[in-house]
Amino acid sequence: MPVVDLRAVVALLGRFPALAGVDLVVDAGEAVLLQGPNGAGKTSVLRLCSGLLAVTSGSAEVLGHDLARDRRAIRRDVGMLAHATFLYDDLTVFENLRFWARAAGGSVAEAEAAMARLEIDPRLRDVPVIRLSTGQRRRASLAVLVARRPRLWLLDEPHAGLDQAGRDIVDELVAGALAAGATVLVASHELDRTRTIVSRVVTIAGGVVIDDQPAVRGSLPTPMAPLDESHVDVA
Amino acid sequence: MLREIALVAGKDLRIEWRSRVAIGQVAPFAVLVLVLFGFALDADTEALRTFTGGLFWITVLFAAVLAIQRSFALESADGNRDALRLSGLEPSAIFFGKAVALAVQLLVLETLLGVGVAVLYGPHLDDGLLLVATAGVATIGVAAAGTLYGVLAAGLRVRETILPILLLPVLAPVLIGATRAFDDALGTVAVNGWNWLALLGLTALVYVAFGALAFGVLLEDA
Repeated sequence: MPVVDLRAVVALLGRFPALAGVDLVVDAGEAVLLQGPNGAGKTSVLRLCSGLLAVTSGSAEVLGHDLARDRRAIRRDVGMLAHATFLYDDLTVFENLRFWARAAGGSVAEAEAAMARLEIDPRLRDVPVIRLSTGQRRRASLAVLVARRPRLWLLDEPHAGLDQAGRDIVDELVAGALAAGATVLVASHELDRTRTIVSRVVTIAGGVVIDDQPAVRGSLPTPMAPLDESHVDVA
Repeated sequence: MLREIALVAGKDLRIEWRSRVAIGQVAPFAVLVLVLFGFALDADTEALRTFTGGLFWITVLFAAVLAIQRSFALESADGNRDALRLSGLEPSAIFFGKAVALAVQLLVLETLLGVGVAVLYGPHLDDGLLLVATAGVATIGVAAAGTLYGVLAAGLRVRETILPILLLPVLAPVLIGATRAFDDALGTVAVNGWNWLALLGLTALVYVAFGALAFGVLLEDA
């Protein structure tokens, strides 16, 4: 059974059709790059797959749940890296991680492990997020995603704002997630870089899929230690 | 459910403690309103004493609007409302968690205002138990309605100005009930304050029940 199964999906932002009949099937363990010009609908596909954007018409199933009937059912199993940080400025890096990890049913230990995995400087642990640089916030947001142990990773411009080491970590995280059986959807304009970590490239324009090709892959990064497979029990 | 409520309430209170907005801005604003009432009534001690209950609760409601706006401003920044929706937390747990955090802040504020009223207006206390029970129940009502209308306004571009317009009429029954009960507790008007407290409790119960049911829908639409 596919992890993402979208058929003729239409989704509106106000009256504007952000998605105008998207067809997209993504199987378990796949990594798919969504490419296209600004406003094509890449972010909208990610938001729809996370249950944040409502399905107006068409059929949309994610992780076996019909999004038209229940958008909330999938949320604990989905991790999203968005343009916004999803962090509270007045909480420290670790307080943010602990809060979001525990909200997803995780533990403090998982929050600690996520910090280590993202190689966040231990000196930043007790620093309020408002004092972090853009790149440091991005790493903290990624750490939150890792701590949640999602089955479906939705990454919107994951390399943006990161230094070279951070970009390498993103690639390794994706490889690690795939090795553990998770599924990854990436929206990006950094095509050369992202093509090395995905197996398919889907082109979106005007809210519809206009092309779907296997990725021309370079050398894959070394996967990071796989996630606990009990948390990525992909059907 | 209780774990999730504690998680959300703890997060909001930690942020408030760290940012000091409630202590540094909301509380001084409330005390200032109390003082301005004193000026407006020309420091007429008898009038101030007679209207202590009403002046106290109007001040609490004005300050509550600021606290509610602050509570939901936290969720508007950096996509945190989306993050809350994605968190997997039960919407009713988020409602109760935010309402508990708001109630704690309001209780601290009411304690501070109580001291201010005692010093500035000089009321007599006839029934301390009624006074404390009224403050507790009214706070629950204000926190529940405030949390519900806070999330309703949070998704609107004009949220700062629309919240008081939406919320204050809804809190009118709390203002009336709490003022009447305070009047009895302070011995300024011959009414049965316990009956007013019972009515206040019923109002608070309705707000809590409606909030727990409707919060999820409003959070999705915000």
